[in-house]
Amino acid sequence: MFDVTTIRKDFPVLERQVHGRPLVYLDSAATSQTPQAVLDAMDRFYTTYRANVHRGVHALAEESTAAYEDARGRVADFVHADARGVVFTKNATEAFNLVAYSWARSQLGPGDILLTTQMEHHANLVPWQLVQQQAEFEIQYIPVTDEGLLDLDFFEQAMAGGRVKLLAVTAMSNVVGTINPVADMAERLHKSRDDAVMVVDGAQSVPHMPTDFAALGADFLCASGHKMLGPTGVGVLIARPELLDSMPPFLGGGEMIADVTLSGSTFNEIPYKFEAGTPVIGEAIGLAAAIDYLEALGMSDVRRHEEELISRCIPALEAIDGVRVHGPKDPTARGAAISFAVDGLHPHDVGTIMDREGIAVRAGHHCAKPLVRSLGSVATTRASFYLYNTPDEITELVRAIEVTKQFFGNLG
Amino acid sequence: MTEDLYHDIILDHYRSPRNRAADLERADVHVHHNNPLCGDELDLRLRVATADGTAAIDAVVYDGEGCSISMASASAMTEAVVGRDLADADDLAEHFRAMMHGEPAKREDDLLDGIAFQGVAKFPVRVKCALLGWMALRDAILTFQQGEASHRVTHEEPTLAGEANHE
Repeated sequence: MFDVTTIRKDFPVLERQVHGRPLVYLDSAATSQTPQAVLDAMDRFYTTYRANVHRGVHALAEESTAAYEDARGRVADFVHADARGVVFTKNATEAFNLVAYSWARSQLGPGDILLTTQMEHHANLVPWQLVQQQAEFEIQYIPVTDEGLLDLDFFEQAMAGGRVKLLAVTAMSNVVGTINPVADMAERLHKSRDDAVMVVDGAQSVPHMPTDFAALGADFLCASGHKMLGPTGVGVLIARPELLDSMPPFLGGGEMIADVTLSGSTFNEIPYKFEAGTPVIGEAIGLAAAIDYLEALGMSDVRRHEEELISRCIPALEAIDGVRVHGPKDPTARGAAISFAVDGLHPHDVGTIMDREGIAVRAGHHCAKPLVRSLGSVATTRASFYLYNTPDEITELVRAIEVTKQFFGNLG
Repeated sequence: MTEDLYHDIILDHYRSPRNRAADLERADVHVHHNNPLCGDELDLRLRVATADGTAAIDAVVYDGEGCSISMASASAMTEAVVGRDLADADDLAEHFRAMMHGEPAKREDDLLDGIAFQGVAKFPVRVKCALLGWMALRDAILTFQQGEASHRVTHEEPTLAGEANHE
């Protein structure tokens, strides 16, 4: 098991003060911090071998192409996928849009159901709604129970109906932390219909727990680089190569073509067919360094560390008078994004006072408005933890909530 | 600096809201404003009295859900504008808006407790909260002047100036 005190030294930002107090960074579900090793890897690219990839015959171009393709391989190994099915995008949102505009638009039509859930991030809702305007399929939403779990009876009924051709579900909620049974759902979906595909939102799960795309049984997995210690500006779509190969291009331009004439074009092989234009070279190299860093720690240990933090944090929050934690309470059933409500206080007020105490939490709807509405709320306060957080920071969080309550005093 | 944001007067309006009500008898206009970015919702109802050809605010109530700044600002606004003729209330709202963008406060005395929100200007992300009630007021006045009885406005993401755009 790694030593958190040692790890923290790898993250320059964790040394800073905010409003005269040491930074307590509890917003990793929004974006994680970056270890020096990632910055160094990107720095090496920009200072010693920066060149465009897949074109040019000079030494720098060869080196950058090798580093970029090596990064693709690192991503593939990290999630146990085939590198031919790894597409670099600018973020997880673009990965969803790729599936929506390429697969869903060409494969779904009247009579088909796209089944997703009320728990999803807007990235896994809005692209489907946009494509629906052109393809006229039906969208259904699996409801979320009061405990923050998916209503699996609803799911089973939808499966029995046999009309679901696309299932899009998050592996881990960014608001209530719920870990969904996505592997079981994928298996059930494929039993219900041969031509159905499943998209898994891995933006929260891939950074925080081991991921095995092959064992998962899904057809697509979307993830984000900046939530897993990588730079901003890079995400990945992981796809079954044969499925990817069958899909029409999403964005057009250079790099994705085989030949271009004035009467039309033919397209490059996968995954290049889906990487139009100069790709995210420096960012992909940074992401590979982040994966190196995570693998050196071990994803099982990352998960174990976070389960430990969850098991301390939830009881500590619930011990505060007037504080309610949303979502599952069992640390093994959830991730480390912990949303809570403080009676009588608006999350923006909680977030502002916390900020003055040096604590970075997220206040708002977390880009998951349907879910937050189902909690009977317009916004929540969310503390989210990662491998560099410590039990002492939970103590600070609890102290800051008490400070906030005192500040606003006897309300209601 | 937190005291600049959460001035005692602001906290007082939050804890003891003035003119907060879900309805207003014989209301002439009702506007609903929401800010999807933070989820704030505000209903504002006006009753207008016309005498000697001048229309004035006879009564104003607000209701809604939002942070302390947005709710307290709406509360302070109602006290500052009741009894004023519509053009004058609109002018006062413009002064408040300018103050929230860091301009020196004018009509300080007329703003009553509204002056306590001056410090919010130092917190750009919260400026839109303080403006919500005042923008609803201006919209209610405009709606009334156009002969309408109700209007809904969604405030989109704040611009660089911290202002909200109308639908």
